[in-house]
Amino acid sequence: MPLFILRRILQSFNVLFVMSLLVFAGVYAIGNPLDLLVDPNATADDMARAAASLGLDQPLWVQYGRFLANAMRGDLGNSFIHGVPALGLIVERLPATLELAVVAMLIAVLLGIPLGLWAGLKPDSWTGRAIMAGSILGFSLPTFWVGLMLIMVFAVQLGWLPASGRGSTADVLGVSISLLTADGWRHLLLPAANLALFKLSLIIRLTRSGTREALLQDYVKFARAKGLSNARVVGVHVLKNILIPIVTVVGLEFGSLIAFSVVTESIFAWPGMGKLLLDSITQLDRPVVVAYLLLVVTLYVLINLVVDLLYAALDPRVRLAGARA
Amino acid sequence: MSETSPPPATSPAEADVERPLRRLVRMYAESRVALFGLALLLAIVLAALLAPWLAPQNPYDLIQLDMLDGRLPPGSASGDGRLTYLLGTDEQGRDMLSAILYGLRISVGVGVVATLLALAIGMALGLAAGYFGGRFDAILMRIADIQLSFPSILVAMILLALFGQGIDKIVIALVAAQWAYYARTTRSAALVEGRKEYIEAARLLGLSTPRILFRHLLPNCLPPLIVVAALQVAAAIALEATLSFLGLGLPVTEPSLGLLIANGFQYLYSGRYWISVFPGVALLLLILAINLVADQLRDVLNPRLQSQ
Repeated sequence: MPLFILRRILQSFNVLFVMSLLVFAGVYAIGNPLDLLVDPNATADDMARAAASLGLDQPLWVQYGRFLANAMRGDLGNSFIHGVPALGLIVERLPATLELAVVAMLIAVLLGIPLGLWAGLKPDSWTGRAIMAGSILGFSLPTFWVGLMLIMVFAVQLGWLPASGRGSTADVLGVSISLLTADGWRHLLLPAANLALFKLSLIIRLTRSGTREALLQDYVKFARAKGLSNARVVGVHVLKNILIPIVTVVGLEFGSLIAFSVVTESIFAWPGMGKLLLDSITQLDRPVVVAYLLLVVTLYVLINLVVDLLYAALDPRVRLAGARA
Repeated sequence: MSETSPPPATSPAEADVERPLRRLVRMYAESRVALFGLALLLAIVLAALLAPWLAPQNPYDLIQLDMLDGRLPPGSASGDGRLTYLLGTDEQGRDMLSAILYGLRISVGVGVVATLLALAIGMALGLAAGYFGGRFDAILMRIADIQLSFPSILVAMILLALFGQGIDKIVIALVAAQWAYYARTTRSAALVEGRKEYIEAARLLGLSTPRILFRHLLPNCLPPLIVVAALQVAAAIALEATLSFLGLGLPVTEPSLGLLIANGFQYLYSGRYWISVFPGVALLLLILAINLVADQLRDVLNPRLQSQ
C-alpha cells in the first residue's frame, strides 16, 4: 500500500510538471509577451529595458525556472486588467463556482438515484422507458443549449426565476454564499439545474444498470426467499451494493463539473471562476488564464489522486494490480 | 458516452449464409427509429452540402441583406416582397433559414474533418501500441489515461486559450481532445485480434509488418471503431458549438451553429426567440440524428448480439 500511494503521488507530480511546461510554452514562448505588456509606441531602448526587468532576455529554461519558482510560492503574476495578483482574483471567485458545482451534484444524486432505481426495477414500464429516453437526451444535448432553453422557458416566458447573476449573498467568515438567502437560491436554481443535467443522466444510467445487475444476484434471491419486504430488499441490499461505483463516479465527476461550469456561468452570468476565465481570454489577460489553468489542473490532479487512493483502500484488487505494474 | 463494444467474434458459418454487409443492412433496418435517424441525418447532410442552392439568399453577401428587414418574426415577407423569411431574420436582416443552412455546413464540416483526423491518428497509434506492445504501448496508454482523466471540453479550452481562434485551431483542439478515445479502442481490439491465428499465419507467410497491420489487423478492429467514431462525431459537433458559443472557437467570419446561437442569445430576453432557438433546433436535430444512427450501429456491430 505505501508503495502504491507513493507511486500515485509521484505520478500526480509528473502530470503537474508536464502541464506547467505546456502552459508555460503556450503562454510565454508562443508570441511575444512584450507586445502585450509594453506600449507599442515605446522606443527600442524602452523595450529592451522592459524585457530585462521581466527577465525575457534570459534563456527559456531560466525563464521557466523562474516561472516555476514563483508558481510554487503562489505568485502567478498580476492581472493586466485588474492589476492585482491573478491567483487571488481567481480564489476570490472560487466560492461561487464551488457552490454551483455542489448544488448541481446534489441535484444529480438526489434525483438520479431514485429515478435510476425506478428505471432499473421496471425497465419495461413506460415510466422506465421515459426516464431512459430523458437520460439519453440529457447526454446528447449540449449544456449551453439546455441553459438557453431553461432561460427562455423559466425566465422569459414564465418569468418565475431570474436568468442571470448571483443575487444577494450572505457573508460567512468572509466568504459570500448564496445558499443562505432566498434570493440567492432563486438565482442558483436555474444554473445548478443546467449544470446538473449531464451528471443526472450519467447517474440515472449507472444506477439503472447497477440495479438490473444486482437484481439477478444470489443475495437478492436469498433476501427475497427469506421473506424480506420489497422495500427492504431494494432500499437496503440492492442500494448498498450499487452505491460503490456511484460514489466513485460522483467523486471523479466533481472535477468535470468545475470545468463545465465555464459554460453555465457564461450563460447565466454567474460570477465564478469560469466566467472570469472567459473574460480573461477575450481580454488577453494572460496571467489570469495561466493561473486558472494551473489551479484547475491542480484541483483535478488532487481529486483524481484522492479518488484513486480511496478506491485502493476500498478495493484490494486495485492496489495489488498497481503494485505489480 | 463512448463505451467500447468488444471486438467482433468471427463467425464464418453465418457469413456463408448471408453476406456480412447485407446482414448488417438488414439488422440495421429492423429498427424504425434508427431508420428515421438515418433519413434525418441524410436530409441534414444533404441540406448542408447543397446550402448555396437551397438557401433563399446568400446570408453573407451584404448586398442581398436589407437592414430594414432586421429582426422580423418567422413568416414575415421581406420589404421588397420578393421572399418570405420562413424562420425570421436576425439584427442585420439576414434570413435565418439561409444562415442555418450555411451554419450547418460549417458545423458538419468541422465535426467530420476533426473526427476523421482524430480517428486516423488514434487508430495508427492504437494499432501500433496493441500490436508491438512494450515500452511504446506503456507510454502511449499512460498519456491517453492522463488525458482522458480531464474532460474534453477542458482540454479543448486550454488549447484554444493558448492558440487563439480559427477554424484550423478548433480542428486541432478537437483532435487533441478526442484522439485518445480512438487510440484506446483500437489498442484493445488490436490486442485481442493480434493474438489470433490468422495474424500468426500472416506473419509466418512472411508478409511485411505494414501489410499485416493495415490489411489484416485493421479491418478486424474496425467495428468498435466505427461505433466510437459515430458517437464522437456528435460529441465533436456539440463541443465545437459550445466553444463557438463561448466565443473561443470559430471566428465571426465562419458562423457555425454555435455562433448563430450566441448571436441570438442577447435577443432572447426581448422575446425574439427565433434568432437563437432555430439554430439551436437545427443543432439538436443534427446531434439527435447522429446519436440514433450510432446507437443502432452499436447494436448491429455488437458480436454478442449477432450470435443470438
